[in-house]
Amino acid sequence: MTALLRTAGVSKAFGGVHALQDCTLDVAEGSIAGLIGPNGSGKTTLFNVITGYERVDSGEVWLGGQQITNHAPDKVFAAGIGRTFQLTRVFSRLTVMENMIVAAQHAERGHGWLRNPLARAGGPATRRRAGELLEFTGIASHAGALAETLSYGQRKLLELSYVLMADPAIVLLDEPAGGVNPTLITTIADRIRQLNEQGTTFLIVEHNMDFVMGLCHQVTVLDYGTAVVSGPPEVIRSDPRVLDAYLGTAEDGDDIPVS
Amino acid sequence: MSAPTAAPPATGDRRARLARLGGTAILLVIAAIFPLVVSDALYTQFAVLTMIYVAAVAAWNLFSGYSGYISLGHAVFFGTGAYTVGLLTEHWKVIGGTIFWLLPLAGLVSAVIAVPFGLIALRVRRHTFVVITIAIFFIFQLMAFNLSFTGGNQGISSPFFLWSADTYNNPFYYVGLIIAVGTIILSWLIRHSRFGLQLLAIRDDEDRARGLGVRTMRVKLTAFVISGAITGMVGGLWWFFIGQALPETAFNPVFDVTVALMAFLGGFGTLAGPVLGALILEPLQQWVAITFTNGYTGEIALGVLFLLVILVLPRGIVPTGRELATSWQARWARRRAPGGAAPPGSPAVPRTSPSSTSPTGSTR
Repeated sequence: MTALLRTAGVSKAFGGVHALQDCTLDVAEGSIAGLIGPNGSGKTTLFNVITGYERVDSGEVWLGGQQITNHAPDKVFAAGIGRTFQLTRVFSRLTVMENMIVAAQHAERGHGWLRNPLARAGGPATRRRAGELLEFTGIASHAGALAETLSYGQRKLLELSYVLMADPAIVLLDEPAGGVNPTLITTIADRIRQLNEQGTTFLIVEHNMDFVMGLCHQVTVLDYGTAVVSGPPEVIRSDPRVLDAYLGTAEDGDDIPVS
Repeated sequence: MSAPTAAPPATGDRRARLARLGGTAILLVIAAIFPLVVSDALYTQFAVLTMIYVAAVAAWNLFSGYSGYISLGHAVFFGTGAYTVGLLTEHWKVIGGTIFWLLPLAGLVSAVIAVPFGLIALRVRRHTFVVITIAIFFIFQLMAFNLSFTGGNQGISSPFFLWSADTYNNPFYYVGLIIAVGTIILSWLIRHSRFGLQLLAIRDDEDRARGLGVRTMRVKLTAFVISGAITGMVGGLWWFFIGQALPETAFNPVFDVTVALMAFLGGFGTLAGPVLGALILEPLQQWVAITFTNGYTGEIALGVLFLLVILVLPRGIVPTGRELATSWQARWARRRAPGGAAPPGSPAVPRTSPSSTSPTGSTR
């Protein structure tokens, strides 16, 4: 399998803190990849660097054959990388449907930029697609509600839904199961699996080990900003370096010690 | 004056929409016949100034209310508009009613200035943005004082129009009304457009919007330029009416504060709120100015009023009023249906969350 997303020797420092050091990561096309590591190991920074929220100090980011190093967030999204945030970020004073339509800007703009800028937001095709996605994630009944009225878990689902509006080739999920009740975790995992079967690639940062090990084909462990080991879940689970850096200190594999 | 967007209208919604439409129509008719009914020049003068502020605050809200970037530098456009028509009138010797055709040029010049202004100021956010707009404003005021063609501290005087004294104010009033209504219609269109949704998304979370493909700088700048252009036209109209532009009256920091206060009073970011704020505040200010001639009593009274508004209606008249209406409606519905089930006419989903205490309020 070819790598859809690839970071090659990416480094990023904040002052004297090296958040990422020569970090190389491959995400195979059509796979669900996991990214684990202790707190502060650089997982979210890696997401920020890939999606253009932070600039790299050195190294390269590739999406398929296209180099996207230091591209702006809107360009990265347009190129086909969708992303959710660890703490959910939705447009709280817009309705759920309006949130979906915001994410369809790129798709709607496809008709040429002489299109009437005052055209009504969200054409019928966009609304239908948004309705289907909300149906898929199970929050369709909230379409008319303001996003601020959603629960935390529902916001996570909304984030996943609107990222899908642009039909991204790969979706980066930052702790999709964090702070979410067990039933909803199962729902989220099912939805990820379904989307993956339809061809969407995933890269998931998550601390819930059952979630990661049950879902991912390939798991990469990040420690001190470097990818120390990468492999299938069963290999990772027993790798001594991983046990040492990460899992070994956890009682039941569910919790992460602060390193 | 605002309308629901996403949810298909329930019967109650439709009734509310009809009521709003009817109310808007009545207001428009009153505005259209006002100078025909009221002929006292004192009151028509108030009306012209009120219309000028309605247009200015609607233009301001189109950018600041929708994007959440609070500009205290719109007097730059107001003054630029005034000076533009002033210099052009002098240079081209324009007289009579044709002067109003210069207003689009005032808008154009203000728009041209809004581009570099926006490109600089819109790189920063929130408080920093506010400070930068104030700083740029003072640069423009200084230029009005010191550039060779601005007339320095003498300013520029407008020609005297040979119009009948009885109806002298009317042309200004109607031009103001046209600009105001046009701006409100444009705001409504923008609110329901793709472009408007992008602006609101920027207000809620700019970085997230960017990550969803919204070209934020372009969107912000477009709104800033449109808003600035309209403010420039309003400034031009003001100069024709007042008859003189001085650096400190055309580039007046009080203009910025007044416009922002009107918007906050009525409901920042809503469509009807800022207009309502201007309709209340400007006549009140004029009335206070002629009633309390000693100068400070009136200002103290206005200050007290503001404190009261902040205490009672922190989010502005329209959002708070709408919330109250919703809760009364719900209470009434509950009383009618003791089983607890809401009747079909009641709104299924409250548009505004009561838990939201954000001072910037909701969009509607």
